[in-house]
Amino acid sequence: MSANSLGRLLVSALVALVLTVLPLPSWADLVRPQFLVLAVLYWSVNAPRTGGIAFGFFAGLMLDVFQGPVLGEHALALALAAYIFVREHQRIRSKPMFQQALIVFAALVAYEVVLFAIDGWTGHPVTSPLRWIHTVTGALIWPVAAAILAYGAGRRA
Amino acid sequence: MAAFGTGASRPLQRGGSGFRFTVYAVLSVVCMYFDQRGHYLEQVRYVLQGAAYPIQLAVSSPPAAWHWLKESFQTREALQAENGRLRNAQRDLELRAMRYEALAHENGELRGLQGALPPVADRWLAAEIVTVQVNGLRQRLLLNRGQTNGVFKGQAVLDDKGLIGQTVHVGPWSAEVILITDPEHAVPVRIERTGLRTIAVGAGDTTSLALPYLPGNADIKGGDLLVTSGLGGVFPEGYPVARVTSVNRDAITPLAQVKAAPLAHLDTDSEVMLVWFRADHPAAPATPVLSGKADALGELKSGDPAMQPQVAKHAPPPTAVGPAAAAGAAPGAGTPAAPGAQPAAQGPPSVPVPAAPKPEATPGHTP
Repeated sequence: MSANSLGRLLVSALVALVLTVLPLPSWADLVRPQFLVLAVLYWSVNAPRTGGIAFGFFAGLMLDVFQGPVLGEHALALALAAYIFVREHQRIRSKPMFQQALIVFAALVAYEVVLFAIDGWTGHPVTSPLRWIHTVTGALIWPVAAAILAYGAGRRA
Repeated sequence: MAAFGTGASRPLQRGGSGFRFTVYAVLSVVCMYFDQRGHYLEQVRYVLQGAAYPIQLAVSSPPAAWHWLKESFQTREALQAENGRLRNAQRDLELRAMRYEALAHENGELRGLQGALPPVADRWLAAEIVTVQVNGLRQRLLLNRGQTNGVFKGQAVLDDKGLIGQTVHVGPWSAEVILITDPEHAVPVRIERTGLRTIAVGAGDTTSLALPYLPGNADIKGGDLLVTSGLGGVFPEGYPVARVTSVNRDAITPLAQVKAAPLAHLDTDSEVMLVWFRADHPAAPATPVLSGKADALGELKSGDPAMQPQVAKHAPPPTAVGPAAAAGAAPGAGTPAAPGAQPAAQGPPSVPVPAAPKPEATPGHTP
């Protein structure tokens, strides 16, 4: 069971990573949700023992390699988001989808605030409001993403 | 990795997750500190970038395969037409090069040198663009050349029309390039017509650069050509960057709002050139890049253009090249980036030898 869910988790992380670095036109790139963050949040809620903080940390490290100014930036933000979701996973899991999306929105905002702060401290400030778009699209796509991940989990279990 | 395999039967305690979060948070802060301050994590990043390259290749393979298919099924007529066009272009360039030889010789004589100077660019390497990330926040390219091809961090990237950017992270087989239009990038330029120096900052879209540090009464107008000024230590002097498109002098603000359009085809290129420059050439970058992106870019962006160190534009090449000569030149020509580290990083002189100026090979942080 554990090995199986670990495999699913890694596959979903790989797919999310590919979706994250897939080249897209400029407008689509800006509204693209952070798929890997959504995957980490999903597994933090639904498999907090397998996924969770370590998964968030290593996923964030991969994001840092692809698009981070310093190593560890996305890792910290994603570990924080995963920690909140692991801590409250029972409460979040029992909420209806709409409320879950709102909580995900809050988590994505917290994630982006951490990135924003670290960007500023390390001397790469990008103050454009465009950077906050993905929090909204991420929350909007959360019900779909969660359904797909749950479907995959149900099929293969 | 041990956290992945915790037993499924063990109940999850809240305290445990808090502890683990603390551990990982501390770990990432340490990571950030060392990556930002000491550049000790270059090796880690190098390995991770090598591991990430297959994913990036796979992601970009469908467009690449389509491009390849289109090219292999091109008709004979299209190929002949292209061949003819290229022939014409080559003849044109040869004629111009002939003229250039004569001019360079004349210029050399005028400067009282023995012979004409060799071109500042020592050698080129064509690189294909693997993936592109262009949006309002980040403008990056990934090239299919890396350290195995001798690419180094802070290397200038050009196309046939002008400046494209510089490398920021170099992996074993790939290199990430920051475009000159990235909001984090700034390039020191000179207005060709007047010689006025300023800084062109990326505006976040591939068609425009901003010149935010020009006073309202600066002598600049639409159509002016901006060329690299050779300050900042990355780009050599005199390469075309952009053409001024609009100048807006508002009586309320003390600075002019100037926009320029990059000359390089940042959005349509599929191949770019990585360039190695002769280190002892007068037009070469004033100082070599020392400790990488953070210093090179950060200093450029935050620096006041009026406070930039001035370099004699056509100083004769140093006769005795070496650490001593470099140290002597440092107080006059050093960038504010890290003057103390300059003699150390100058290392082997006259080094277009690509492997030598690796930042991690010579510890370049100030004591």
